[in-house]
Amino acid sequence: MSLGFSRAQATAMVVMVAFIIVGPAVLYPVFLMKVLCLALFACAFNLLPGYVGLLSFGHAAYFGMGSYIAAWTAKYWGLDAEAAIILGGLCGGALGLVFGWLAIRRQGIYFAMITLALAEMVYFFCLEAPFTGGEDGIQQVPRSPLFGIISTQQDMSLYWIIAAIFLGGFLLIHRIIHSPFGQVLQAIRENEPRAISLGYRVDDYKLLAFVLSAALAGVAGAAKSQVFGIATLTDVHSQMSGEVVLMTLIGGIGTVFGPVVGALLFGSLETYLAPFGDWVTVTQGAIFVACVLAFRRGLIGEIGARLKLGL
Amino acid sequence: MAVSRRLLLGGGAALAALNVKRARAQTAKIRIGVLNDLSGPYRNTGGATSAICARQAVQEFGAHGFDVDVIAADHQNKPDLGAGIARQWYDRDGVDMILDVPTSSVGLAVAAVAKEKDKAYLNIGAATADLTGKQCAPSIVHWSYDTYMLAKSTGGATVRAGGDSWYFLTADYVFGHQLQRDATSFIEKAGGKVLGASAYPFPGTSDFSAFLLQAQASGAKVLGLCNAGADTVNSIKQAKEFGLKTRIAALLMFITDVHALGLPTAQGLTLTESFYWDLNDRTRAFTARVRPKTPDNWPNMIHAGCYAATLHFLKAVSAIGVAEAKRSGTAIVNRMKAMPTDDDCFGKAHIREDGLLIVPSYLFEVKTPAESHGPWDYYKLAQTTPADQAWRPLSEGGCYFVKS
Repeated sequence: MSLGFSRAQATAMVVMVAFIIVGPAVLYPVFLMKVLCLALFACAFNLLPGYVGLLSFGHAAYFGMGSYIAAWTAKYWGLDAEAAIILGGLCGGALGLVFGWLAIRRQGIYFAMITLALAEMVYFFCLEAPFTGGEDGIQQVPRSPLFGIISTQQDMSLYWIIAAIFLGGFLLIHRIIHSPFGQVLQAIRENEPRAISLGYRVDDYKLLAFVLSAALAGVAGAAKSQVFGIATLTDVHSQMSGEVVLMTLIGGIGTVFGPVVGALLFGSLETYLAPFGDWVTVTQGAIFVACVLAFRRGLIGEIGARLKLGL
Repeated sequence: MAVSRRLLLGGGAALAALNVKRARAQTAKIRIGVLNDLSGPYRNTGGATSAICARQAVQEFGAHGFDVDVIAADHQNKPDLGAGIARQWYDRDGVDMILDVPTSSVGLAVAAVAKEKDKAYLNIGAATADLTGKQCAPSIVHWSYDTYMLAKSTGGATVRAGGDSWYFLTADYVFGHQLQRDATSFIEKAGGKVLGASAYPFPGTSDFSAFLLQAQASGAKVLGLCNAGADTVNSIKQAKEFGLKTRIAALLMFITDVHALGLPTAQGLTLTESFYWDLNDRTRAFTARVRPKTPDNWPNMIHAGCYAATLHFLKAVSAIGVAEAKRSGTAIVNRMKAMPTDDDCFGKAHIREDGLLIVPSYLFEVKTPAESHGPWDYYKLAQTTPADQAWRPLSEGGCYFVKS
């Protein structure tokens, strides 16, 4: 296929698109929109550990700032949905440029720690800065119309927009991974000194991948704030950074479809276990332990390995 | 395994019958959703006991030609999760009223959803006075307490009782600052003064020693705690361990927190609640009825509020009819405001135009172990603020639909 899908990936893509189309008839659309936002976030995150070998522990910073900026501009400047979401993405990307520029100077655990520390700084900034509303967050964000004309008040019309944003982001990530640029990224992941010896300026490649990942995370956060009409500290908290790592791990790190499945599983756990009170966190923990022990490569990674397919 | 055609047909028919039954059951039912913290720091102040008290109200209300069921969920103190559950309950699960919702940030997020969907929302557990002020809505009722009422009762009364110089220990976020600001204005109005304040990072602070030493060094007579839940309990414990001589006024504290601290540590504290189980014969009667169902917890003002608000809600639904109640949350709440409330927990009272329940507030002092004669016998009444003075005046709230 022209987008660079293998036969197995094309099949998976068809299944995923079919699920997105049929989903709202069976499941609650707002829940599905949340899953799509989380899935885009996880896919954006996956670009770094999956294809460049950089484990970022601070991705909530870009997700959360994207969410805050989109919510604030939509509420106080009255921006249209697409402008707010694009601004959210730009903000995530800009933050990624600065943080990435600092963090890529180190590797492994040091890289992870730098991203974590910077994300904590963003968290405390958001906690204290007057424009974020602190603990209350930015609430009652209007669902502004797309391009000023297409209403997003109805859940279903917003659903198709969010689905389009997700698919756009997903295809972009897929395209990035399977481009010559993506091949270089994977070469860096496999053997960085060798990539340097071949004449690649690996820092530039890493930085660009970091910015792309952060910008897409910002778009995902911005979309989420439009869905729920609220931007809060939850989105920027270190727990969110951990959750996106778990989503990606459960689904399968370094697979294109893994993070999507991980996000679906994770979102379902959070939503459908809510009536069970204390047992939510316990059950989540148990499922994570089981997944990590039994499916080391993640669900999709494990299926791919069993069928000898690259998903 | 072979699946016979008969099995398939039979199964299909059974499933269809099940669906029909479910659909029919849903239309004749009023459904109440209790949304609160079931696993985190506020699981004792609200938690499962809130839902038990709501069910108690349903049971006592009895049959009035419609069924009522109560469901519950955990919002984990996350505003986005809370708003998501509220949306799903109103849209998909046929919930007609959401109850409790502690944690101000989540409480406000759910308020936005209730306003958008025109559904009834009876908030008991959140402290923020904005629910009946800047972020009010015609389908919202706020019961039991808010930051203004706490600050006025604890702040003003403590000054009149001789505690005229204060030092604040404040959780460094919106709720803490709001409480401190409200309390400061009442202290100064009553002729007291504030000598200083320490804001500590929230969440995640568990060592308050540095702040407590600053409070001691300031020479203030009263240490005011502008925090909640586990932070309040920790700061009181540490103040006692340091042998702080100052009087402690916890601006938001419940009997469940006193129980967690134990009387040897908690004795002498002053705090404000609008309900205490041992206040009068009616509150004792309510407590006796609900106690067998709540083995670990005696009701505090949130639990009492869940009971009383549910009871009043059901009376209003019965008055306007189920069909009208299903159609509009504003219609139910308007009827709730029109009828005077009367229940065992709060006695006779009324709900004001902006949605606030107007009841007296009580300043309590925690008893010493020697004064306590039974389980949960913790409070002695220090002062009563009459209902018409306890709450923020209607004109100062800034609620958009209040005509003044």
